[in-house]
Amino acid sequence: MGDIITTIGTFLTDLLSSLGMGPSAVEITIKIIVAAILGVFGIGLVIFTVWLERKVAGRIQDRLGPNRVGPYGIFQTVADAIKLLTKELITPAGADKVPYNIAPVFSVLGVLLIWAVVPFTTNAIASDLNVAVLYIVAVGAFGVLAVLMAGWSSNNKYALLGALRVVAQTISYEVPLVLSLLVPVMLAGTMSTQGIVEAQPIWYIVYVPVAAFVFFVSSLAEVGRPPFDLLEAESELVAGFHIEYSGMRFAMFFLAEFMHAFAISALTAVLFLGGWRGPWVQQYPTLGFVYLGIKTMVVYFVVMWVRCTVPRVRIDQMLNLNWKFLVPLSLVNVLMVAILGKLPLRLSEEQVAEVLQNTPWVEWAFGPEFMAELPRAVLFLLANAALVIVVLALLGVYARRERRKVEALVDEGEFSAPQPAAAHQ
Amino acid sequence: MSINEWTFIAIFLIVAALIPVAAIVLGALLGPRKPNPVKVQTYECGMETHGDTWVQIKAAYYIFALVFLVFDVEVVFLFPWAVAYNQLPLFAVIEGVVFILILAAALVYVWQKGALEWV
Amino acid sequence: MEITAETVAFAIFAVFTLGGALGVVTMRNLFHAALMLILSLFGVAGLYILLTAPFLAAVQIMLYVAAVAILIIIAIMLTRSLMKAPIAANKQWEVSALIALIVLVSLVAVILQVSGGRVRSYWPQEPVGDVPADSITALGASLVDPDRYVLPFEVASVLILAAMIGAIVIVRSRPTS
Repeated sequence: MGDIITTIGTFLTDLLSSLGMGPSAVEITIKIIVAAILGVFGIGLVIFTVWLERKVAGRIQDRLGPNRVGPYGIFQTVADAIKLLTKELITPAGADKVPYNIAPVFSVLGVLLIWAVVPFTTNAIASDLNVAVLYIVAVGAFGVLAVLMAGWSSNNKYALLGALRVVAQTISYEVPLVLSLLVPVMLAGTMSTQGIVEAQPIWYIVYVPVAAFVFFVSSLAEVGRPPFDLLEAESELVAGFHIEYSGMRFAMFFLAEFMHAFAISALTAVLFLGGWRGPWVQQYPTLGFVYLGIKTMVVYFVVMWVRCTVPRVRIDQMLNLNWKFLVPLSLVNVLMVAILGKLPLRLSEEQVAEVLQNTPWVEWAFGPEFMAELPRAVLFLLANAALVIVVLALLGVYARRERRKVEALVDEGEFSAPQPAAAHQ
Repeated sequence: MSINEWTFIAIFLIVAALIPVAAIVLGALLGPRKPNPVKVQTYECGMETHGDTWVQIKAAYYIFALVFLVFDVEVVFLFPWAVAYNQLPLFAVIEGVVFILILAAALVYVWQKGALEWV
Repeated sequence: MEITAETVAFAIFAVFTLGGALGVVTMRNLFHAALMLILSLFGVAGLYILLTAPFLAAVQIMLYVAAVAILIIIAIMLTRSLMKAPIAANKQWEVSALIALIVLVSLVAVILQVSGGRVRSYWPQEPVGDVPADSITALGASLVDPDRYVLPFEVASVLILAAMIGAIVIVRSRPTS
């Protein structure tokens, strides 16, 4: 029971071989089966996460959330899916048919492809690419393309405006996203997601909490989750780029967004929270699924929490937050990691053995690698704390200055809402 | 790593495209299909659409896309450096640091020029 | 020629690349032309993967599909007049076709080494060696190796800085209306 993946793999290989397939045919068939399972898993999960999100949002806002269909309303999403299935697919007049029809497919495709490089446990990763980190960024291109195509082809002003906002936001936040991805790659010395998990006897969130924060925030923006949902702001853009979509075509955009929110939670868990790592996972690889699941759920809860509590940002605020805060911060962070990482702080094997003699429980609980990395992790954590303090101080100065400006306006009796800073000519 | 890993990506690409296609086709089969001229009109808050859909967009979108492109090109250079980081001597790491500092100079320049303002 | 999975994949990606490129020049609608360009660039990324250069493939998609192509689409959207009417036929297409033909012929001539009516293939006949497993590490190390590419590496960053300054100067100097 310890290693469910190998068991199933052997079973399938034997089964297919006994049907008279050659070894390469068996391999391809297994790949197709894995791909189908992964695809159905990715989409099936949404049925659950939509319900979960509505339930949690309900509780946060002091409501009950869905509670009519099935126990605790758990079949609400199934009912919604059936409703969407039986709705008419309306194609608006003047729509550009081909891009209009491809867009929803691309939007699902771009998110689903991420799951190919998520390591579920020690030996379960669909495709252990050595450029996995860049692959994750690259498949995001499908999502951006989908939005542009939808916005363009719908023949609707709101759709076009919404699509442009999405593009401005996703390409802007890709810069801090990619810069924060550099950090785990530097620490692990590989771009393979499996390799990054294996290199985390101490979770990277301990080494580089700032990078984890930047990654999380810019991922949220990539998904277009509140507070970054100005792309589809119901009150101003009436849903933005997918305004002219109905029925299952609309459902695909909806599906992609929820799937994306869950996928970035899983990626945060993999890159910064040690992925499948946890006690006894080496002996019982099946436990890895459980650990990754728990960590992903924790991150996903934060995603929902942020959604329910932080108000929507304006487009100039969204761009300022990115270019004047996250990008400089992640640049400084990369520089800091580059310099600190070269300090010779890793304990040698003798030193580790010496320390472990006195405290055998550490080895039992965390393993020798943990001890060797500990001084480095502590130093990184302290440096990050210092960085956070400096950044908060700078933000405080900025906020005070902005407040003074508004106060001066009030004194002159010509108060209006604070305007975005005028462009420097 | 081998080409084998990419075979899976290719298969997965096809499967991942087929799933939404299947869903949409199913929706088209199950749903009604009664278009009429009013129904397919472009939605615009209860009013009839006025003028062209493709209104002129702000030039600021283009500036941000340009700045993004420049940063993206720079960061791509940094990834192989980051992968090799653990094996690099201090000197080589400092070269990477210089590279990032030049990138930071570019950011300071666009910031000072006011290209990052949403006007 | 033996047909393997690899040759089939090559054929598919080649069709993407060439078909996309053909679409770019024949499509009347500029937005469709931009989408065809993306298809073509995607095909090139696939060819990189077949050449066991996955890093280049990822970069191809990240830079060309996600950045350059989107920049082009935004540029198309900026120019309002192009959006409405299909592109007017370019009067210079004969000249450009001729230039393209000349470039093609000279490329083929160089590759095939046509000399005195005799054609000799320039392609290396012996099979190439295996790509090392950690080619990305090697690439990263050689980029900052003082004996290898450190100068081009740093110059590249200065070049990109110059490109950024140039872009800002050009965009900013126009009166924004």
